[in-house]
Amino acid sequence: MFSVNFAIILPFIIAAFVPFIYRRFRFIHIGWFVMLVPITLFILLARLIPSVASGQTFTDTYQWIPTLDINFTTYLDGLSMIFGLLITGVGSLVILYSIFYLSTKESLQHFYVYLLLFMGAMLGVVFSDNLMVLYVFWELTSVSSFLLIAFWNHRKGSRLGAQKAMLITVSGGVAMLVGFIMLHTMTGTFSIREIISSISGFTDHALFMPAMILVLLGAFTKSAQFPFHIWLPDAMEAPTPVSAYLHSATMVKAGIYLVARFTPVFGGDQVWFWTVSIVGMITLFWGSFNAVKQTDLKALLAYSTISQLGLIMSLLGLGSVALHIGYSTESVIYTQATFAALFHMINHSTFKGALFMVVGIVDHGLGTRDIRRLGGLMALMPFTFTVAVIGSLSMAGLPPFNGFLSKEMFFAATVQISNADVFSLQTFGIVFPIVAWVASIFTFIYCMIFIFKTFLGPAQPEKLDKPIHEAPMGMLISPLILAAFVVGIFFFPNLLGNYILRPAMSSIYPTFGDAFNLTPSISAWHGVKPELLMTIGVVLVGAILYKILKKWKPIYGLFSQKYTFNTLYNNVLSLSEKGSGVVTRGYMTGFLKDYIAYIFGFFIIVVGGFLFYSGAFSMDISTNAPIRLYEVILVAVMAIAAFAMLFAKSRMTATLLNGVLGYSIAIFFVIFRAPDLALTQLVVESVTTALFLLAFSHLPDWKKEKTTIKTKWINGIISIAMGVLVMLIGLSVLNYNKFETISSYFEDAYELAGGANIVNAILGDFRGFDTMLEVVVLFIAGLGVYTMIKLKSEKGGDKE
Amino acid sequence: METLIILLIGILVTVATYLILSRNIIRVILGTAVFSHAVHLLILTMGDLKRGSVPLLKEAEAPYTDALPQALILTAIVISFAVTAFILVLAFRAYQEAGSDDLHELRGTNDE
Amino acid sequence: MKINDVILRTITRIIVFIILTFGVYLFLSGHNTPGGGFIGGLVLASAIVLLYLTSDIESIRKSLPFDFKLVAALGVLLATGTGFGSILFGVPFMSQTFAYFELPIFGKTELTTVTIFEAGVVLAVVGVVVTIILSMSESEEA
Repeated sequence: MFSVNFAIILPFIIAAFVPFIYRRFRFIHIGWFVMLVPITLFILLARLIPSVASGQTFTDTYQWIPTLDINFTTYLDGLSMIFGLLITGVGSLVILYSIFYLSTKESLQHFYVYLLLFMGAMLGVVFSDNLMVLYVFWELTSVSSFLLIAFWNHRKGSRLGAQKAMLITVSGGVAMLVGFIMLHTMTGTFSIREIISSISGFTDHALFMPAMILVLLGAFTKSAQFPFHIWLPDAMEAPTPVSAYLHSATMVKAGIYLVARFTPVFGGDQVWFWTVSIVGMITLFWGSFNAVKQTDLKALLAYSTISQLGLIMSLLGLGSVALHIGYSTESVIYTQATFAALFHMINHSTFKGALFMVVGIVDHGLGTRDIRRLGGLMALMPFTFTVAVIGSLSMAGLPPFNGFLSKEMFFAATVQISNADVFSLQTFGIVFPIVAWVASIFTFIYCMIFIFKTFLGPAQPEKLDKPIHEAPMGMLISPLILAAFVVGIFFFPNLLGNYILRPAMSSIYPTFGDAFNLTPSISAWHGVKPELLMTIGVVLVGAILYKILKKWKPIYGLFSQKYTFNTLYNNVLSLSEKGSGVVTRGYMTGFLKDYIAYIFGFFIIVVGGFLFYSGAFSMDISTNAPIRLYEVILVAVMAIAAFAMLFAKSRMTATLLNGVLGYSIAIFFVIFRAPDLALTQLVVESVTTALFLLAFSHLPDWKKEKTTIKTKWINGIISIAMGVLVMLIGLSVLNYNKFETISSYFEDAYELAGGANIVNAILGDFRGFDTMLEVVVLFIAGLGVYTMIKLKSEKGGDKE
Repeated sequence: METLIILLIGILVTVATYLILSRNIIRVILGTAVFSHAVHLLILTMGDLKRGSVPLLKEAEAPYTDALPQALILTAIVISFAVTAFILVLAFRAYQEAGSDDLHELRGTNDE
Repeated sequence: MKINDVILRTITRIIVFIILTFGVYLFLSGHNTPGGGFIGGLVLASAIVLLYLTSDIESIRKSLPFDFKLVAALGVLLATGTGFGSILFGVPFMSQTFAYFELPIFGKTELTTVTIFEAGVVLAVVGVVVTIILSMSESEEA
């Protein structure tokens, strides 16, 4: 039986081997090997489609940290199935494409390791049932996305874009983590399934609302929703296969996944409905509005992706109304919004993936993706052009492509919601169809820009560095496959609806019984309805506006560049950098003495203060062991030796005095019945003294310390305070007998460990782990010494 | 006996702290050595002194003295030896490269 | 580092072997009487260091042709290896075991995996201490 855990782990395992294989078979493009991973997983997942479609789910648990309720539990249901198929399916195509996109001169082993890390992490996000595990994978997708965006790290734009994406998505992720912990506090479990089944008792809980907002923050940052969308255009610095994969088909959809997954938890709430729908709507409009003004093809697609993500997000918001109303024949109609969201998400992955690959082909072949330098590519790049037309028209929502179907359903959903009689939608609901319509007009316009400015019109070969030519066949395979899906889904939408979307619907609406009711039959023609009129309106108005684009384009100049979210981001970043610099420079003086003083001062204040305030100090000398005369003498010798060290004039004297201390302690070890310690101390003290003497041959003799009287006093006070404090603690602890001693356990050493020497049995057996690490520390210190001595900076070389 | 040893520990800690706060790197290293002496004694004292016999099951009669502190100290002795060796070499390599054994001079310039 | 002292050298030759024997004894007897890996290792190491102090490094290097870094690495490997070894037998990491056997000469003898572990400790200690001392004294010559 195929285990879902395996699906998550496989990419990580293969990633570990990629560098070795890369080194071994340099003559073969490593991508061919890597591609086997998503293909294998896709086939394995696809084989489960019939069982999932019949309502079956698969779980698999591996105990991880059971005491914290954190287990590696995977859960495969309809919703995660969609994402799993997208991740592995698009993943296979993208890797195939990247084999031709990236030449073997690039550091491919890095690229594919990152890509596999991402793939594993993304599968982890969608298959995890445990929220903590989900969070870990969630952040791992951010990290791998960072690495992939910065793949060409010699470019400044790449590094800044990667940083921006990382900062925004990770901070959203942390907010989400807090939300998860709140959910755990409320429900007492980290399992999503258990939370869903028990959440109805907690909707009035004080943490319900904060948890919802925080989880949404995570989803919105990841899915580039307004106002967090600013990272996505900058992330386009990544190689195009990465943009196609992470930043349009999969990673940005993790937020969508999260919202869909949590719809059964928070979905019935009014705040959820309004936040998700409104943020989605704003994103939809703002993305498509801004896409029109872009001159870089990839930036255009980035804003288009933002806008489409907003569309899906808002649909999920609209669909959550059904949960508020509860299951009834009337409320089922609102679930169609959710259905449309899932449907459009799949469609978007197909056409947007194809479009990104087209841009990659243009960029790769001609060396630019600036639409001011392009034009007239149609005749010379017929295949690329075909894919571009199919993708763009689908994106614009025209038949006979899958975008038309989902766009129509989107319009229908907005119209229906404006008639609903909850959440005062009869008054405000009219906003939704209007915004949807306006945004779709802009969508139409940028789709036209994409086709006409790139492929039609006059060719401008003089502005290009390379002659116009068709891409190699290998590069065209993936976009052609995706384009075939775009058309295929239009003609057979219900295949998708019944096998893929229906089980997902029952995951989102678990209380709605048989998902059969929730799956509308998708058809291209359903009579003259508002949605069809809206589409016709979009095409007419869009065509006119595209024609007169030059006339109204100055409108974009009205938006000042001073007050954008990007400026805000940059200011916050530079301010916090400066601020932390000032703070750090304030106390990091570079003097060891200061740092030591901080540590000791803190110790004295906190521990001493606690000792004082809690009244923990106690002293009782009645239980003391008797004192012999020679012991007093030994103590006196040590005290004198210690004080003499302070005033030693030469380092040799000081070292020998330290030796006196060490050997005296060895004698104490004998007195205190610790023969092992005494032996060790004797040998160590000898070797240490030898080390000091060896080191002295390399060091200058002591000079008189140039310390001021004031520093001496301060040092003296700190030292005495430390000494007194340690004494007080020691005395108090000695009289502290709250717990039973654990040492009696070790007295069974002979039976438990077969050793009569208890100390040795503890070291070798009971606490063998400590000893092992100790040996490692010793070894590291030895290596450190060796390398420090052998690694001398080259003569005349600059010291860094 | 315990009180006396704790008094000694206090003295050792005072001396060690003063040495660690000085500018000469060898004094700092010596300070850490003295500090570890003090800590070893402290750990041993916490397990009560001179109570019971040597913790060797075949050689001596019960009750035995607490063996756990002894095991801890044995580990600590070896670790402190390793650390002392490491910082000693660090010190003389720093001197060879930078030409100073004074921590104030080793700090370098202000602008970083 | 070379100390030209005939008496010291002669005595060292004899004493080193006593120290070495003592070190091995400490290591083996550590399970039941004072001793063990650390002490054994340290004593062995100090014997070797004593050799280096009295004779010239080249001749010692010929008679003791070990790379002590490798000795240390081997020791660490052995010590951690016994830890992982216990996993192979399905018990938690670092579990030790022991049993009694009848051996021809020694009679009833206790054999324990701790001894392997301790052998690793000995090798690591010897390797590290000698490496440190050697590299410090070599650095002086350079």
